[in-house]
Amino acid sequence: MYHAIVFLPLVGFLIAGMFGRVLGARPSEIITTALLFVAAVLSWVSFIQVGFGDGATRVQVAQWMSVGDLQVDWAFRIDTLTAMMLVVVNTVSALVHLYSIGYMHEDPHRPRFFAYLSLFTFTMLMLVTADNLVQMFFGWEGVGLASYLLIGFWYQKDSANAAAMKAFIVNRVGDFGFLLGIFTVFVLFNGVTFDQIFPRVGEFANARFNFLGIEWHALTIACLLLFMGAMGKSAQFLLHTWLPDAMEGPTPVSALIHAATMVTAGVFMVARLSPIFEYAPAALTVVTVIGGITAFFAATIGLVQNDIKRVIAYSTCSQLGYMFVGLGVGAYGAGVFHLFTHAFFKALLFLGAGSVIHAMHHEQDMRHMGALRRYIPLTTAMMAIGTLALTGFPFTAGYYSKDAIIEAAYAAHSSAGSFAFLATVVAAFMTSFYSWRLFFLTFEGTARWGHSHHDHQAHAPHDHEGVEHDDHSRDVEAAHHAQHEHGHHGAHTPHESPLVMLLPLIVLAIGAVIAGVVFHGAFIGEGYQEFWKGALFTRPENHILEEIHHLPGWVPLLPTLMMILGFLLAVYMYIIDAKQPAKLAADHPILYRFLLNKWYFDELYDAIFVRPAMAIGRFFWRTGDQRIIDGLGPDGISARVLDVTRGVVRVQTGYVYHYAFAMLIGVAALVTFYLFRGAH
Amino acid sequence: MLGFGILSGLLILPLVGAAFILTLRGDSEAARSNARWAALATTIATFLLSLVAWARFDVSSASFQLVESHVWLTDTIRFKLGVDGFSMPLILLTTFLMPFCILASWESIESRVKEYFVAFLVLETTMIGVFCALDLVLFYLFFEAGLIPMFLIIGIWGGKRRIYASFKFFLYTLLGSVLMLLAIMAMYWTAGTTDIPTLLAYKFAPNLQIWLWLAFFASFAVKMPMWPVHTWLPDAHVEAPTAGSVILAGVLLKMGGYGFIRVSLPMFPDASLYFAPLVYALSVIAIIYTSLVALMQEDIKKLIAYSSVAHMGFVTMGLFSMNEQGIQGAMFTMISHGLVSGALFLSVGVIYDRMHTREIKAYGGLVNRMPLYAVVFLILTMANVALPGTSGFIGEFLTLMGAFRSNTWVAFLATSGVILSAAYALWLYRRVVYGPLDKPALQGITDLNRREIITFAPLILLIIYYGVQPGPILDAFAAPTDALMNSVQAALATVKTAAVAAH
Repeated sequence: MYHAIVFLPLVGFLIAGMFGRVLGARPSEIITTALLFVAAVLSWVSFIQVGFGDGATRVQVAQWMSVGDLQVDWAFRIDTLTAMMLVVVNTVSALVHLYSIGYMHEDPHRPRFFAYLSLFTFTMLMLVTADNLVQMFFGWEGVGLASYLLIGFWYQKDSANAAAMKAFIVNRVGDFGFLLGIFTVFVLFNGVTFDQIFPRVGEFANARFNFLGIEWHALTIACLLLFMGAMGKSAQFLLHTWLPDAMEGPTPVSALIHAATMVTAGVFMVARLSPIFEYAPAALTVVTVIGGITAFFAATIGLVQNDIKRVIAYSTCSQLGYMFVGLGVGAYGAGVFHLFTHAFFKALLFLGAGSVIHAMHHEQDMRHMGALRRYIPLTTAMMAIGTLALTGFPFTAGYYSKDAIIEAAYAAHSSAGSFAFLATVVAAFMTSFYSWRLFFLTFEGTARWGHSHHDHQAHAPHDHEGVEHDDHSRDVEAAHHAQHEHGHHGAHTPHESPLVMLLPLIVLAIGAVIAGVVFHGAFIGEGYQEFWKGALFTRPENHILEEIHHLPGWVPLLPTLMMILGFLLAVYMYIIDAKQPAKLAADHPILYRFLLNKWYFDELYDAIFVRPAMAIGRFFWRTGDQRIIDGLGPDGISARVLDVTRGVVRVQTGYVYHYAFAMLIGVAALVTFYLFRGAH
Repeated sequence: MLGFGILSGLLILPLVGAAFILTLRGDSEAARSNARWAALATTIATFLLSLVAWARFDVSSASFQLVESHVWLTDTIRFKLGVDGFSMPLILLTTFLMPFCILASWESIESRVKEYFVAFLVLETTMIGVFCALDLVLFYLFFEAGLIPMFLIIGIWGGKRRIYASFKFFLYTLLGSVLMLLAIMAMYWTAGTTDIPTLLAYKFAPNLQIWLWLAFFASFAVKMPMWPVHTWLPDAHVEAPTAGSVILAGVLLKMGGYGFIRVSLPMFPDASLYFAPLVYALSVIAIIYTSLVALMQEDIKKLIAYSSVAHMGFVTMGLFSMNEQGIQGAMFTMISHGLVSGALFLSVGVIYDRMHTREIKAYGGLVNRMPLYAVVFLILTMANVALPGTSGFIGEFLTLMGAFRSNTWVAFLATSGVILSAAYALWLYRRVVYGPLDKPALQGITDLNRREIITFAPLILLIIYYGVQPGPILDAFAAPTDALMNSVQAALATVKTAAVAAH
């Protein structure tokens, strides 16, 4: 069964990828989607078997490499954590495949698109089923490749190509740490398979390891290096810059890869390695702090973005920070639970946004939306559910998972925990505000899209927050195709999406509502032990999930209060007094610019990494290679030689090969001569 | 033992083909066509014969196999051939790549067609000779003789600056080889033989080892090429015809690495330990420096040539880490790089044949008219940046792991190469393949034709196959690596004992 779950998407990829042109678009869509649905159903079966039964197992597929002590297999490690990830990945992927049939129906390259989606799913499954660090790295880089291909799917757009490249390279920075982490683990444990590592972690609790001339606590440095990989993949503070740009890809991709699955790989990795992290408290502190910073910082940027997808992207970034806070304070269950619920409501929000964009003929700027509720009521309702779940409205999915993290941060009683608590509470307020801001700008208020839809100039005076239009925020190629369709759509009236797009929204909305109620007992509550069965390791002295039930009464209420405040502020600023935002932005131009430009991280990195690298490269080439090495070495000599040989070649024009054979004989004679002399 | 065996057959077969082509009369289209087909048939037959050798080869043994020995210059300097786990895969790589080179030259070579194929077949003999010679003199002869056909291939069928490039190539390599010849003579005087298996067992005095090591290093470092003697490679690549580049990157660069593992490491273990920090330093510089240089290149072939130098940095780093992962990883990198860079140069040849320029600026948006080509180039790019699942990953991962075990600084710096390689390779891909196709000259460009598809398909399949199942190659390296490790460790032990005794 696990072979089927993992390899069916690969089969889909190969069929659509190799024969997509022959088969045509529709068969490719149907084959990949059908295979994914089979895999999704099987995943749920295994989830129930493993989580609520006794199905944990190891499936050997083949040997990968065997060099000295290093033994690496292709194998699946199936436990509750894996089974849960299988469900998340395959469910969201199947729904996104289905949704894409509608969303991409105008695109001429659909077989390629579906092939990439299936390739992504396969590599993601390899990642979550990995039974060793190297296979995890295979999946890790594989999803990076798929993400690269999908972000750059519209390859005619320069901004999409730039974003794809950026995503891959920034992720490679994280992978740099991941690789070094694998090596450290191998040197310590003499193996990279989880079964070889986890039982022996205790032996190394106090081991030291010399890395770069510094004596480190061995497990701490290993965890920090591995966490660097997680930071890249999960777009944490400092390595987050690729995620917002990744929104250049088609919206279903954003939902699948950049919200529900791939970006949570870092969270999965830390949870998977919880046996090691538990013995590296310093590393966990770093995880907590980075998570807290990301949760806060991404939320501040989300407050002012105008592109509907970018708001959700920063929201994702921020929510990933929450997950890391949960892991960092030792509440692995809470972090992973938030991963699980977040997959539903964030995929829902993205697909909902996609439905809006579809309705608006590929307009993504919220300043050109408004009052869409009347035109696309079902999408509006689904987005409302997603927003409620994200902001943590009582008894929705986010309420259980997010609040558990905030409470755990408080219960940690450490300085890092307190910092994270503060950061996540403030972020909860901002989350609520920007989510409702998005909702109101899009669905309420006055329609700002009526006339001259594609004429930017006409819009400039009406810009909602007085900022020039951002040309990058629209799907150029898609818009190009859409223009042909406008005749059929009549005037630019927004239209509700077809059923294949609405169905996934409905399924995800159900998940966003009930996932918390149904599963919180198993993930973080009374059923914890029986459900996880040790897949998430906690040291005996770690009682944090117990302690969150004994907090002062105000702590559990605080996130809910923040949610209400954020909602009220959004109502005030975007419904009651719609002049407020522009005024506020005008009153604080520096702060507004700072946030709008994403804390200027792109500019900073460009100045300290990209441009110096190019300058150094040019210097090494022009000065190092050409002037110094060549100038002192061969050019000086060969200039002389050339003078001589030009004469020779002129004499022997046309007979260069005779000359060559003479040389061959000459060299041979020379060798023989020397050796005979040597022999005597 | 004394008859002419399968290895002699591998050496003679290409020469027979070359002789046949020389007998063809005239320069008519028919004669050219016969020369092409004869060359192709010869290289395929050689490849099949090497498969037979592979079938008879026992991977579990560390000793030399298929040995044959004939009287040659003297009683002690013999024509002795044999293979072990290190050389067998390299021979297969050579014979495997040759038919692709012939195919790649099918239409692009228009002048002196017969001579061209003769040069290639002679080159094949010398390359196989290097990998199966079991006598140092014979090794030297093949090692140097290979220069001549390559020199001619660049000098006659190359690009505009071919004379400059070929002399630069020749000067560099000849300089190193003079020192190597001196070292071989010194070894002969000391040990009384040039028989490689005997020399492997012989213990040279530590002082002498230092000098011998340096002399061989001069030659191998140029061939590798290691920083700072790498500057001949980009020029040679740029000027060489496509097939020349394939052989240069695919096989000739491997001779340096093969020399290290055949001569330097096992025969001079003390010196190798002594000089390991030097090699590490040069390797790390090569990886970072040339990757940065590659980033700024404006010529596609030059960019790939610089990336080859960086990859060879991984090889030398792995070899001198002197543990199983490092050595086997380095050997695997050589095989993998032979396939990947060979295929990359072939793919540059594809667009060069159509547009007759290698300027990156001249391209852009090829995917619009060449979707198949885009796929091929993408897979090769990913193999070049060592994406797991391609053969490139196995080698890079193992060499880095080997280096990490012996020195974390080296591994730390070298691992930054994974970031830089992604940067230059993806940037190249973006500039050449992605984007709108708006350059007028490219409007009529055509996708891969059938001959090109046949060329790329096996290469790509092997790159992915060995990425997922590297076992067949890695297993061949295992036994000789163990033997090498034992001898190096013995040397290490004596050094330690000596150090203790000195106190």
